[in-house]
Amino acid sequence: MTKNIVLAQGNGGEENGELISKIFYKHFKNEILEKSEDAAIIDGGRLAFTTDSFTVSPIFFDGGDIGKLSICGTCNDLAMMGAKPTYMTCAVIVEEGFSVEELEKIVRSMKKELEINGALIVCGDTKVVPRGSVDKIFINTTGVGVVQKSGISSNSVSEEDVIIVSNEIGKHGATIFANREGMEFSSNLQSDCTSLWPLVEKLLSEGIAVTAMRDATRGGVAAVLNEWAKQSKVCIEVNEEAIPVSDEVRGICEILGFEAYNLANEGTFVLAVKRSDAQRAVEVLKTFEEGSKASIIASVTHQHDGRVLLLSPWGSKRFMDLPTGELLPRIC
Amino acid sequence: MSSLELKDLYDGFRNPDVIKSFQKLIAAEAEKLDRTVNIMEVCGGHTHTIMKYGLTQLLPENINFIHGPGCPVCIMPKERIDHAYTLAMQEDVILLTLGDMIKVPGSHGSLQDARAKGADVRYVYSPMDALKVAEENPTKKIIFFAIGFETTTPMSAALLDVVIKRDIKNIFFHINHVTVPEVMKELIDSRDEHVNSYDHRIDAFIGPSHVSVISGSKIYAVFPEHYRIPVVVAGFEPVDVMEAIYMMIKQFNEGRSDLEIQYKRLVTHEGNLKAQALIEKYFEKVDLFKWRGMGNVPNSGLKLRDAFSAYDAEVLYKEVLPYDEIDDHKLCICGDILRGFAKPQQCSVFGTACKPSSPLGSCMVSSEGACAAYYKYGNLL
Repeated sequence: MTKNIVLAQGNGGEENGELISKIFYKHFKNEILEKSEDAAIIDGGRLAFTTDSFTVSPIFFDGGDIGKLSICGTCNDLAMMGAKPTYMTCAVIVEEGFSVEELEKIVRSMKKELEINGALIVCGDTKVVPRGSVDKIFINTTGVGVVQKSGISSNSVSEEDVIIVSNEIGKHGATIFANREGMEFSSNLQSDCTSLWPLVEKLLSEGIAVTAMRDATRGGVAAVLNEWAKQSKVCIEVNEEAIPVSDEVRGICEILGFEAYNLANEGTFVLAVKRSDAQRAVEVLKTFEEGSKASIIASVTHQHDGRVLLLSPWGSKRFMDLPTGELLPRIC
Repeated sequence: MSSLELKDLYDGFRNPDVIKSFQKLIAAEAEKLDRTVNIMEVCGGHTHTIMKYGLTQLLPENINFIHGPGCPVCIMPKERIDHAYTLAMQEDVILLTLGDMIKVPGSHGSLQDARAKGADVRYVYSPMDALKVAEENPTKKIIFFAIGFETTTPMSAALLDVVIKRDIKNIFFHINHVTVPEVMKELIDSRDEHVNSYDHRIDAFIGPSHVSVISGSKIYAVFPEHYRIPVVVAGFEPVDVMEAIYMMIKQFNEGRSDLEIQYKRLVTHEGNLKAQALIEKYFEKVDLFKWRGMGNVPNSGLKLRDAFSAYDAEVLYKEVLPYDEIDDHKLCICGDILRGFAKPQQCSVFGTACKPSSPLGSCMVSSEGACAAYYKYGNLL
């Protein structure tokens, strides 16, 4: 590991994983933490518990803002464990000089998202720091959810499952790149930033046999599938043609040399579902606008345990690897 | 864009049916070959295409790829990265460069390490972005660490052209532009030093796409004429590469060694004359440029002409830049891989001590390097 922290260590990929295991896991080691799930399951399996910090530039982007993101992100982590978001905390670090009007705009979008999840902010903290100490505003939220279906775990994916993505992938990452880099792309691209609990609630109430769920945030779908393959000691074989990607996201990937499955999502998740329930799960997801492009993308085998394979429409295979380093545009 | 959408530019060139058709054509043609042919794709973009789309898996066994040195990030020697690092650490300097270059480790670390230590390092999409940075930071010196082959050289020249015309005082250049034909010659000419029994281990070249858009296919004329090695200039899409391979094998079977263009939608024999004139105006050749993994290659690098030395960061910072020679890592076999003597998996440190997150050698540095592409996509049959 490097002597100083580099940006690549926050990428949701390999370097990020190394930092977490060599510094944080080493000292905080315990049975619950080591499960490495989206949210910790505590209180004898009754509650799910998670936290997330949000720093995004720009803070207002097409399809959302840092406030919406801060509620979606944490609530989605709870939802991914089959838990209904209930109580939350909100800690805000604001830079001196930040616009009060913008702050209120952010808080209003938090409130709207809380209502969608049926959750409450029940305590919080506010710090104001001198100009330059943070980039405008950082938000941390912590959430507690009540587990509705137990046993959902990224350690249990097996050959009996198929893999589904809930919608077109890569929209958040592509939007942030297009907004941030001032490339002046003209497109209808919007972040997929959304609360997933309503979708999960419906899947569970329909009795879909869900083995694992994960929202494909930093590191994208590739990071989720690679973690599952490793944690469950299976091979995930992805049918490249079946991955839903919008034309806009494909276009940005083409120009910048990215893969859509490495780009972040904030309202798109990956599910491992028992094969017999897969078609029904897709149908349930498709009843939501946020799930309208849901698709079965992969099967689970033991071809190369711990790895993810990408199958091309012309019969070749390659690994779908974890992203490494910062996402940087290729040169030529 | 109402009539033509972006996807129209590439969808057809990734059409599974077309790829499969070429697979059949190649298989039929390759049956007539009496030996294995070694095809070098010179450009890292082609290496990336071949690995990403798994094209080697579609080809018969008697067609072998040698992955060439055409990745501008990979071939940058540590000496030059140390220059970038040193410049970035200077007071009042903002160092600009292109994409991947930020990740490559030099002796003290990479540019992203320099950034973590407080240096102002930024990547730009186009050298022209430097104009905005310079305008917003009038008290800083903006140094553009210019890298790349013939593809990116005209952009550096165009930036200098604007800097001079607008009399901008705070943009400078550290030039690391290199040229393709010279290293191709080196790969052939240096062969006998390594393996006496082989001449022409490289049987054919796939010519780079974007380089050729600028320079035209004329720069490769020497290979069919002098060395009797066929060259097919190909595009970067999988259909392009498959068609180029088909064209090459036909050349073998027909006993030809010609210079052909598959990438006709963009490449001409003459190339972009305006861009070539810009390069000629501002740049001249240096006698030797050191390539990581290859060593010194004669006439393969460019520098600013003396008339423009006032813009040359290498001249301006001469006193602080390090000039010690640094050897490539002794376990690294990138040189052999680039020459076609070894495949990435044959390297003792491949995927263990040498990984994309901590590369020891040039081929692991960028996704266009052969080792990085093998590591990332595997070589699954």
